[in-house]
Amino acid sequence: MPRIRKIIPGVDPKLLIKDAAKLLPNPTRRLFLRGATSLGALTFFTGCDIVDGDSAERVLRRVSRFNDAAQAWLFDPNKLAPTYPASAITKPFPFNAYYQEDEAPEVAAEGFKLEVGGMIDNKEPWMLDRLYALPQETQITRHVCVEGWSAIGQWTGVRLSEFLRRLGADTRAKYVWFQCAEGYSNTIDMPTALHPQTQLTFKFADEILPRKYGFPMKCRIPTKLGFKNPKHVIGIHVTDKNLGGYWEDQGYNWFSGL
Amino acid sequence: MTTATAENSQTPPVAQAVIHPLWVRITHWINVLAMIVMIGSGWEIYNASPLFAFVFPKSITLGGWLAGALLWHFAAMWVLAINGIVYVVLGLVTGRFRRMLFPIRPREVVATVRDALTFRLSHADLSVYNAVQRLLYLGVILAGIVIVLSGLAIWKPVQMQELTALFGGYDAARYVHFFAMATIVGFLVIHILLAVLVPKSLRAIVTGR
Repeated sequence: MPRIRKIIPGVDPKLLIKDAAKLLPNPTRRLFLRGATSLGALTFFTGCDIVDGDSAERVLRRVSRFNDAAQAWLFDPNKLAPTYPASAITKPFPFNAYYQEDEAPEVAAEGFKLEVGGMIDNKEPWMLDRLYALPQETQITRHVCVEGWSAIGQWTGVRLSEFLRRLGADTRAKYVWFQCAEGYSNTIDMPTALHPQTQLTFKFADEILPRKYGFPMKCRIPTKLGFKNPKHVIGIHVTDKNLGGYWEDQGYNWFSGL
Repeated sequence: MTTATAENSQTPPVAQAVIHPLWVRITHWINVLAMIVMIGSGWEIYNASPLFAFVFPKSITLGGWLAGALLWHFAAMWVLAINGIVYVVLGLVTGRFRRMLFPIRPREVVATVRDALTFRLSHADLSVYNAVQRLLYLGVILAGIVIVLSGLAIWKPVQMQELTALFGGYDAARYVHFFAMATIVGFLVIHILLAVLVPKSLRAIVTGR
């Protein structure tokens, strides 16, 4: 029976559906092949049950690794994401996470230190005022969610490549790993980390990044899907090991380039 | 082998006429599988952020949840694309498209529709498509090209931003992708219905004759 979207005043139906999709219990999430009549047809046509159980999931994950490589190959380090005029900014900019807005982590500004580690020379943590003193740029770009919707926002911060330079990072390393206050984590490839629009973001719409958008900082990556843009970043590590990420570990494609 | 040759020369040419050569049959059935996966997983992906005030019932979607559907979609896309390229290239190179799909004359389309509605449509020779078949097959090939291009525009709105712009931007490309799907599903309903009504057409796409 089709679920018809009911319009409830004051509730964003888009967010409701989205939450419903995300808050599926874990066992359901793992079963990619559940309740699909079309799969019955597939079995019927092929005469074999290729889509039952772990083997299908293994094959799909292997193809996803292949797709990581294909996307890395397609990624042009000099190609900029389209930018937009201020009039194109989506208002209000949607809040989106695997938790409710009032459950967003609260990171105290006072005493905050960004931990940095891995293949870098200067491992001294960074206080906020020192971060805010870095040279900053503003971008108005499109945030594309893995769910399909998109929104245009304005972010201000330091180029991640510039920050990595100041850390004395070995940019021959393969990955940059982000650790987030709420337990979220994310690993990105070095070419994307060095892309001119990849930004360690301190401001949204000219104001200090509010809690809901990722205080104290997020990593804005307009060449990747939204979930590859970690919020509430508290640690950055340069590494040769792909440490995965919150959604990637559950089956979402790792590279997720745009 | 000599016997076979002798037999062949004695059989009237009409009886041995192949309606669908092997490459058409192979690409057709690979396409069936790829499309079932693409459409089923595409509906699940649509449900994560619906464009309209409806979602597809879970029982007819594929993937279980968004991540699963995306895995299926981006795996089957390779099968769909490679198979589609082989089909289109062979269709052009062998002259099958030109021979089978053209010309399409509006007057013949009207006449065919009239014959169909009055149950006078001939199915005697399956190797010649009537005007409506030509129109529908050409239309679904074009819809296939549009769905692949709009899909690329959604998947890579930065790396392929020129293509995305051609569709009117990221959000517009999602609608194009949806309507191309709706067009193809609409075609499939007619296609399958007619194949069932004229069973020997089903035999032709399996055995070739």
